[in-house]
Amino acid sequence: MTTMPVLTASDVVVEYRGRPPLRAVDGVSLAIAAGEVVALVGESGCGKSSLARAVVGIERLGSGSVKFGSDEVPVLGIRRRPLALTGMQMVFQDPNSSLNPRRRVGDQIADGVRAAVLRGDAGSDPAEWLERVGLDPTAARRYPHEFSGGQKQRIAIARALAARPRMLVADEPISALDASTQTSVAALMRSLCLEAGAGMLFISHDLSVVRRIADRTLVMYCGRIVESGHTESIWQNPVHPYTRALLAAIPVPDGAGRLPITPLEADRLTWTEKIPDALERTAS
Amino acid sequence: MSILRITNLQIDVRTQGGPRAVVDGIDLTLERGRIHGLAGESGSGKTVTALAILGLLPESMTTSGSVVLDTNDVDTELLGAPRQVLAGIRGRRIAMVFQDPSTSLHPQLSVGRQLTDHMRHHLKLGKRDARDRARALLERVRVPDPTSALKKFPHQFSGGQRQRIAIAVALACEPDVLLADEPTTALDVTVQAGILQLLRELVDDAGLSVLLVTHDLGVMSAVADEVAVMRAGVIVESAPRQQLFTDPQHAYTRSLLAALPGSKLEESPEALVAELLNATRTEAIE
Repeated sequence: MTTMPVLTASDVVVEYRGRPPLRAVDGVSLAIAAGEVVALVGESGCGKSSLARAVVGIERLGSGSVKFGSDEVPVLGIRRRPLALTGMQMVFQDPNSSLNPRRRVGDQIADGVRAAVLRGDAGSDPAEWLERVGLDPTAARRYPHEFSGGQKQRIAIARALAARPRMLVADEPISALDASTQTSVAALMRSLCLEAGAGMLFISHDLSVVRRIADRTLVMYCGRIVESGHTESIWQNPVHPYTRALLAAIPVPDGAGRLPITPLEADRLTWTEKIPDALERTAS
Repeated sequence: MSILRITNLQIDVRTQGGPRAVVDGIDLTLERGRIHGLAGESGSGKTVTALAILGLLPESMTTSGSVVLDTNDVDTELLGAPRQVLAGIRGRRIAMVFQDPSTSLHPQLSVGRQLTDHMRHHLKLGKRDARDRARALLERVRVPDPTSALKKFPHQFSGGQRQRIAIAVALACEPDVLLADEPTTALDVTVQAGILQLLRELVDDAGLSVLLVTHDLGVMSAVADEVAVMRAGVIVESAPRQQLFTDPQHAYTRSLLAALPGSKLEESPEALVAELLNATRTEAIE
């Protein structure tokens, strides 16, 4: 890659207190360039949300470092974040808790616009952002509860993009949505990010949606990246046993009535193996 | 041979502006030894349909129509049945598995207790017999080390194991019908695969009949024999699995499959985004 990555994480470790301490993220490195969509997949408890929270500074790092452009990302504190860091925005899983129920949708999107202006970027009209995510511009005067789940998530996306981020981190942004809107909202996020030239880290447990929208995929298991690289290469020819098990377990909706393959208990032991060949795979 | 016949089921919820239909006259027949899928998005009325069968709806909802359970050539009308009748059917003839096993299992009772209580009540088994049967059930659903599992509590198991235990609890009295409401939605795909396999085995080997409620068409494609698609309280299409996935008749079913990665009717992400932005989809369906 010739351009400098927008987001760089090196050997990130996240630990939670306890006896013994729980190492949720165990030395993960990643780099995301402008205009690139990178997916992070894995099962619940594999540390993917902890990693997302660590890269935006919500979670304190045990060790390692995260850089946004050339700036170190500090842990989110009580004080206002450095202005430059509003160039990294996050979309959460549940728009019911990420949107403020008592403020008008337009005002919440205006927060994003203000962040962009303060950083010296161009301002914009909140209504315009609503249009871009396929909602009526007059929706700006309404409150979150007046919208469906899918619409609310699109409002959260509009708010994040209104800040004109160079990096969007989305933690399971589609899993609370109905199946019929999941792919379209994910694809919408991709096209808006590309349009704005922003990078995106897209976290999901839904591999079939990820395949449609991600340039690169990172497969995480037990706090480590076990396989990474070009999405289609991983899909066509998975190398790591965990990736293989994960792909084989996805039911194919073709109506053939084939049961997905259940991994054997013994296979699970091989999932923590380190296989260097499975990492950084390029398109072939 | 049918085991459960739902005819013209109507469920209304009382609101300030008068009653509003959440299920609007549906018919569904569950055949013996089959898995009948009930698909639909949130709010389509699929879960309340399952709850209505067992008389588990909240007081604010009223029902009309008919739900008949046909066991050993005895027909029992379940809608509006007296408490005693329902008590003899719940857990005995018709059992239910819910989405989230961490809330459907009692956190303070041992697994053994939860597996044996209703067996002792319904089947009048003694303590030891019930224990033995519980152990066999856990083996059947492949919970490792059943003997010690009986003494453990739900929190000591993983999500997938908990759902297996919930299925074991449901199967304890050898019910004829299993109502499974999103049984794998809270689980990882690798764990989901195991539960689906288990459901299929129970149906094929033990002759269980399952009403499978889920929004996940991938799950439907893997295990359901028949699929009914529900939308806004109405079944818009009902067909054998293969036919539904390859040759759907209703525009709504088509739109669901269009948005489903890996389906035969899948549309490109670009087309889906264009549709989302134009919001043409909701109008086209009517």
